[in-house]
Amino acid sequence: MSDSASALPDPAPALPDHPPVTDWIHDFDHTDPRWTEDPFPIWEELRAASPVVHTERFLGCYLPTTYEAVREIAHDTEHFSSRRVIVRDVRPETTGVAPPITSDPPEHKPAKQVLLPPFTPDAMKRLEPRVRAICNELIDEFIADGKCDAAARYTKHVPVRAIAHMLGIPERDGDLFIKWIHEILELGIRDDSALMRAVQEMTGYFSGHIEHRRTHRTDDLISALMNAKDKSGQPLSDGHVLGSLRLLLIAGIDTTWSAIGASLWHLAKTPADRERLVAEPALMPTAVEELLRAYSPVTMAREVMKETVVSGCPVKPGNMVLLSFPAANRDPAMFPDADKVVIDRKENRHAAFGLGIHRCVGSNLARMEMTVAIEEWLKRIPDFRLDPAGQVKWSEGTVRGPRQLPVLFGKAG
Amino acid sequence: MSKSPGLKVRVDQDKCQGHARCKSLAPELFNLDEFGNAHEIGDGSVPAGLEDKAWLAQSNCPEIAIEVTEE
Repeated sequence: MSDSASALPDPAPALPDHPPVTDWIHDFDHTDPRWTEDPFPIWEELRAASPVVHTERFLGCYLPTTYEAVREIAHDTEHFSSRRVIVRDVRPETTGVAPPITSDPPEHKPAKQVLLPPFTPDAMKRLEPRVRAICNELIDEFIADGKCDAAARYTKHVPVRAIAHMLGIPERDGDLFIKWIHEILELGIRDDSALMRAVQEMTGYFSGHIEHRRTHRTDDLISALMNAKDKSGQPLSDGHVLGSLRLLLIAGIDTTWSAIGASLWHLAKTPADRERLVAEPALMPTAVEELLRAYSPVTMAREVMKETVVSGCPVKPGNMVLLSFPAANRDPAMFPDADKVVIDRKENRHAAFGLGIHRCVGSNLARMEMTVAIEEWLKRIPDFRLDPAGQVKWSEGTVRGPRQLPVLFGKAG
Repeated sequence: MSKSPGLKVRVDQDKCQGHARCKSLAPELFNLDEFGNAHEIGDGSVPAGLEDKAWLAQSNCPEIAIEVTEE
């Protein structure tokens, strides 16, 4: 089925399901259904308890709850490694690296610099007309119905098609990409074999595209990576190229899918903000930053390598860290009215794209896609609301966003 | 060109991670290199009328990499 991440229950996981949480402060679990549904009151409770909390689940894991604690960890590459970037039940030997997200200094910088030039704001301006066209092609398919599942019909496809366009791979392979991402980021938390299988399938898929380009040069991101040189002037290894391609696909799709989806969800249930954005389109850049802050989709991870202290709390090796940029962005010590969406918020140092050397390489792409997807939607469908007959469903785990978002078009009757 | 009395911006290259918020908020004052990292335009002097943009860029940089000084 195409909506791999939607309502069907997961296939039997390799490990037993997690027992429900009764003590969030000492036993938190970011895969608990209550966290998936509404994490904000949980983060508030944890933040009030301590800047850093711990759970024995996931073989031991910390959660920084304040902006300051998240910032400290994100900037501290000496005590915290990025070699594992998903908090899972298992911690097998690291395989399937995806440089630069899984790289630490000194390997990180050269691996990242290869990826940066194709993602500058100017490069994104050149891609923007294609993304506007993609949005309108999608809207054409459902606008006459008067309603749609915006997550399945719209927000999902915008980033899939945009990244496929950049990589130079067929946009029609999108369902395959969505399947892999679901297997890696959601099922993979508990089921190692699902994750490994998806990584292998992706590797096989991209190997074919790389092979083809050895004889047929193309003007796309895959060829750009194949032509890139490392700092000693050597071409990148096939393993490095494959790892970075896996990263771009995994990181470039459900993240932005989630951000666009959460934005439309907010606008569907907040007529005042929707009407203001329609009336004052110049507010869009600030509104996009605020939606990124309030509904940041991405939680990253680190592994503690050496004992240290974070915001006064001792942190010990052998544990993972759930690096919740979304929780940091709701910290009232950093953002006045942190729980309110203020679409003209003036000061907004949000950390939706991370902080420090691992700042999201695709942040300019994500911002452009979000802006364009919301603008084109509002031009065609200025009035819409949540469908009371439907149900909004959120993804579990590392990337949070609506995976089912039924909306009705037009004003409420 | 009239300059406002003494406002100057400077991007700390060790801190900038290329979020590009400054370029988006104050394109008259900041530019990006081929990797998307920011630097101030010219010597960083802020022309009259752009003081608010300088402060806005400073207060939205996630890496606290922008310094605004009064000469």
